[in-house]
Amino acid sequence: MKLRRSFLIAIPYTWLVIFFLIPFGIVLKISFSDIALAIPPYTPTMKDGFWEMLSGLDLENYAFIGAGAVFAVFAVLVISIGMFQIVYPRVRRALIPDARYGIFDSAAAVLTTLAVALVNVALIVALLSFLFPVLKSFVDIPDFLYFAAYLSSLKIAVISTFLTLLIGYPIAYGMARAAEHWRPTLLMLVILPFWTSFLIRVYAWIGILSTEGYLNQFLLGVGIIGEPLAILNTPVAVYIGIVYTYLPFMVLPIYAALDKMDDSLVEAAEDLGCTTLSAFWLVTAPLSKPGVIAGCFLVFIPALGEFVIPSLLGGSNTVMIGKVLWEEFFNNRDWPVASAVAVILLLILIIPIVLFQRNQEEVEQ
Amino acid sequence: MRRFSWFNATSLTFGFAFLYLPMLMLVIYSFNESRLVTVWAGFSTKWYGELMQNEAFLDAAWVTIKVAFWSSTLATILGTMAAYIMVRSGRFRGRGLFSGMIYAPLVMPEVITGLSLLLFFIAVDVNRGILTIILAHTTFAMCYVSVVVTSRLVSFDNSLEEAALDLGCTPFDAFRSVTLPIILPAVISGWLLAFTLSLDDFVIATFTSGPSSTTLPIKIFSAVRLGVTPEINALSTIMILLVTVGVILASLISRSLAIKAKADERKAEQQ
Repeated sequence: MKLRRSFLIAIPYTWLVIFFLIPFGIVLKISFSDIALAIPPYTPTMKDGFWEMLSGLDLENYAFIGAGAVFAVFAVLVISIGMFQIVYPRVRRALIPDARYGIFDSAAAVLTTLAVALVNVALIVALLSFLFPVLKSFVDIPDFLYFAAYLSSLKIAVISTFLTLLIGYPIAYGMARAAEHWRPTLLMLVILPFWTSFLIRVYAWIGILSTEGYLNQFLLGVGIIGEPLAILNTPVAVYIGIVYTYLPFMVLPIYAALDKMDDSLVEAAEDLGCTTLSAFWLVTAPLSKPGVIAGCFLVFIPALGEFVIPSLLGGSNTVMIGKVLWEEFFNNRDWPVASAVAVILLLILIIPIVLFQRNQEEVEQ
Repeated sequence: MRRFSWFNATSLTFGFAFLYLPMLMLVIYSFNESRLVTVWAGFSTKWYGELMQNEAFLDAAWVTIKVAFWSSTLATILGTMAAYIMVRSGRFRGRGLFSGMIYAPLVMPEVITGLSLLLFFIAVDVNRGILTIILAHTTFAMCYVSVVVTSRLVSFDNSLEEAALDLGCTPFDAFRSVTLPIILPAVISGWLLAFTLSLDDFVIATFTSGPSSTTLPIKIFSAVRLGVTPEINALSTIMILLVTVGVILASLISRSLAIKAKADERKAEQQ
């Protein structure tokens, strides 16, 4: 019995270790190698023995893409969020000692945390982008391109996750409030685009957003604009593309959370004197939180490394790290640098991925 | 009593319009006579005819279907096992790592998965082709299958399976004759999900495919980079149609299976 169980566990476990875990080890190894004009285009720097291996590690690729600067910004972001989460409740208690801690506080805490984090990041970025060109004329320092690509990916992923939440929540809410017999149909209408090819859905927007596209034709025809808007090949098109393609990922978990909710709770809150809005904030919003968290991670994490959307809709103006990795690998054939780019992206993503996994396990229980 | 206000109605209307209008435009303009995709010049099905004569697209479509069939079948077997382990095995050494490896591929940016698999295939010296794409797709699709099957497994009563074991079934028999029929709708929708994920995938397929194994998304991407063409509109329409019919059929099948399974479950409980 015990043996059989271990055997059952061993099969998918081994599969995932071979095809998911070991490949990451190889990426890590290659990120420490030198580029070479050969096939495969790198020379391993790994040697026998642990200490020889450590001393043989080549950090050149990481230095080249400016890993230090990326981590500095990331650290500032995490620290300022952490600091503020600790500081906010204390300040709040000092100012208004007896007030109860409510949902408005959480919202205010989250918003101010984000604002403080953004200001700090903006400051350090401004400092670095000023320092980079100045220093570059004196010493051989990393290329600013990679650093800028990580930052702009982060910015695009954060903004589009927020926009997706803004558009997705009312849809999920509307679905959960619809009549019982309508809900399976509405659910299918949300799932259907998710099953339709990602590539086709992104492609559909090229025809809409281009200079002579349907949107411009419509706006010109109605007379709202005098000359066509240039939306395709700008970051705006990338935001639209991400929101559009990832919307089902946001709607489905929120709907799942709202659907499970007991309606009598909202009624009870209203009977006890809450307005519709405060009943929503005090009852519905906290109960849908696991869904919102799951949805945000499901959008944010893949969007950060997105390749197809920026390369089809963003044009050459939009730099995202997924695109940089792709070009480094396929066009420049610099596998070690591509691997280093991937390793850093993965390190940035580890915290959100672990949080996502925790949230999912909680939802399941 | 749930209230359905004008606010809900508006958000649903705008939401679904946003989701469906772009695809609708694509379908409408695939029947356009003119090669200029944004100017309507009358109804025509000539682009569908041209598409059917495009050997390269047809070959790629065949490769894609083969890859999708094998990878979704493998992924369903592995994913169902993984779900069963996660729900039924309780604690075992390495459970945290296992659940991490199940959830991480769901959100992992495709460029990272693709790059790591390609470097892995080169390191172990496997020629890239249909086989490598199947292995890659199986790996990420099994995680989706496992999530779908897990959600069904947690909601059903473990005592039925225990009863079967008490009555002398072997664990495998108990799984086959009690658990499997109950989770079958989830297993089928997991298979379909894995199939469409494989059909859709462009990034991972590009990294893991060889020169002789071009899939349809790879072909579409290289065509799309050059701009909007009526042939791609026609191809997209066919794919949208297939997925729509497939999803509607699947939901009808799984709904009737779920109703039957529920009824069986209830009957078994009463006896």
